[in-house]
Amino acid sequence: MTLLWYLIGVLILVVPFAAMVMLPIKRSKPVLTVYFLLFVVFMYGPMVAMAVLSLQGTTGSMTLPAKELFSFHWYSELNSSMSVMVAVREGIGKSLWLSLIVAVITAVLSLTLGMAFRRQFRGSGALFYAILLSLMTPGLLLSLGLSFLLYYVGIQKGEGALGYVPIIGVQTVWALPFGFLVMMSIFNRYDARAEEAARDLGASNVTTFREVTLPLIWTGVFGAGLFGFTLALNEFERTFLVSGTINTLPLQLYIITTASVLRPYVYSLGVVTILLSFLLIALFLVVSGLTGRKKTRAVEEDGSGVDAPSMTPAAASGD
Amino acid sequence: MSDEQNGLVLKDVYRVFPGDVTAVADVNLHVENGEYVVFLGPSGCGKTTTLRMIGGHDDPSSGTITIDGELMNGVSPAERPITTVFQHYALFPHKSVLQNVAFGLKMQGVDKAERETQAKAAIDLVGLTKMMDRKPRELSGGQQQRVALARVLVTRPKAILLDEPLGDLDRLLQMKMRVELRALQRELGITFIHVTHNQEEALSMADRIVVMGDAVIQQVGTPEELARHPRNEFVAKFMGDNNVFHGTISGTNGGNVVIDTPHGKIEVKGTGTAGQPGSMSIRANAVQVSTDAVPDVNGVKVRLDFAEYLGDSVKLHLDLAGQPFLAKVPEERYTEIRAYEGKDVTATWAIEDGHLLEQ
Repeated sequence: MTLLWYLIGVLILVVPFAAMVMLPIKRSKPVLTVYFLLFVVFMYGPMVAMAVLSLQGTTGSMTLPAKELFSFHWYSELNSSMSVMVAVREGIGKSLWLSLIVAVITAVLSLTLGMAFRRQFRGSGALFYAILLSLMTPGLLLSLGLSFLLYYVGIQKGEGALGYVPIIGVQTVWALPFGFLVMMSIFNRYDARAEEAARDLGASNVTTFREVTLPLIWTGVFGAGLFGFTLALNEFERTFLVSGTINTLPLQLYIITTASVLRPYVYSLGVVTILLSFLLIALFLVVSGLTGRKKTRAVEEDGSGVDAPSMTPAAASGD
Repeated sequence: MSDEQNGLVLKDVYRVFPGDVTAVADVNLHVENGEYVVFLGPSGCGKTTTLRMIGGHDDPSSGTITIDGELMNGVSPAERPITTVFQHYALFPHKSVLQNVAFGLKMQGVDKAERETQAKAAIDLVGLTKMMDRKPRELSGGQQQRVALARVLVTRPKAILLDEPLGDLDRLLQMKMRVELRALQRELGITFIHVTHNQEEALSMADRIVVMGDAVIQQVGTPEELARHPRNEFVAKFMGDNNVFHGTISGTNGGNVVIDTPHGKIEVKGTGTAGQPGSMSIRANAVQVSTDAVPDVNGVKVRLDFAEYLGDSVKLHLDLAGQPFLAKVPEERYTEIRAYEGKDVTATWAIEDGHLLEQ
């Protein structure tokens, strides 16, 4: 039986390659389409099941088949005065605020780091890997280390406004490499000559940054911030040991799933958070679409007849 | 103020990059106000570095740069009375044509209404009034080039530096822009300093050409001087269509020197000491091609590999004992001369057309 499962696993890996290599495009297309659809079902199927289960009536159960479809009972439960729900709502509020702060910090740090890494500097290689290191270190170790440090320094976890600082810290450490990589790729494609031209025309460094640099890269900054927001919103293992009594949304969900009797409101809560993520992605698309909007207006000639519209840059070599 | 101080003066300018790489060495040059000067040279010859130092985007390791007697060393690009049209134009992609052109005035603190009036005038000058509200990406290469020009013209600089200004354009457009640029420069009467690696472009546009090679100025001269009297082998070869002979000076004959080369004796105007090495160049279009016997001096036997029809002339690719040799003959001879492809012919030239090169 185990052997059969191994075989299926290998097949899953081999099928797309075999289809691409062995079949002509016309034949491989339907095979790959079916494969891709199965993949989508695998990815989003659980979410659909969750959505369906969240729409059950009062007697709804935690497993399929769903009962008493369709009702918004478990959504209205989210708004009830049950102590669990009150805690969840508090968690959502805290998480949103924390994520927003982390987003801003990540965006600003990613921007400044990206600017710094436009040139080589002493230790730039080491710093690069140091930033990326937090992608590879187990998150739990980070929060464990930090909670020891807090204890040693004498800071009480989760106390007062200061209690939020460690949470923001670990979440930023987690989000920063992503934002940083976004800015690195932005600056990779960035053409610094426009800045040189601006300075040549009399712009100061600050003016050049405001008038030329920022308008050209700010979708990247926004993207870095968005990474900060979503990663902070979902962050669990790093926050877990340093949060003390402050419960963010993921921590609250963890408490619910381990400590209380599960009811379908967990599903409606899940649906709400997923919709929130979709909303964020949509926001990003709208914002980046506003600036990156491609105008399709064709290049018109100025009547000279000679001016060719092709803008193929010749292999011009400078010094 | 002496005459020498007017215009742009580069005195003993060196630029040595970290790692002891000398990019520019011993550059001395005086550019008159209103002159069209072209820096010409192969990649890596130091021409762009020189331009960047003039523009203030780089500083000389030693030496001085003055404009109308004022020392420019250490003065920021913005504070110099000159502006640069960058290679690939470096337009602001997020700003409209009007905003691009008005930028320099905005930086000078000119109020909005005034700078728009002046920017519109500059845009009109380069013939882009209809495109004023477009973004650079909606313009063709030639139009972007003109926006870049208008953007610097509007600030009324004393001199404009152009780094490979025609490099991004296709050939037909290059030819058109050469004329346009030159006409514009005459109309405005301001100094243009233009960097290119294209000989034809330099010859067609410059009042004076500065040929650079191996970090130093190889020769400064009018297009005609460079074409007819290249100073040394580097210039002769780089300007193209020159044949260079090397040999040993065997003696003099009146005002001429006689050079013994592996391809025979060559007499050329100039002076020299017998026994010293001597080189000379002969322009392709001064070479006569015939089926006559090879003369004792200034004549070589060559094989015609290929006759290239150029429209107004025929370029003959000849083989001189394994070395390429060029000649240019009038277009009318094309049919006649093609018959000799693959055969031996005689190439000769007059003594006065040859040119003794500096060693």
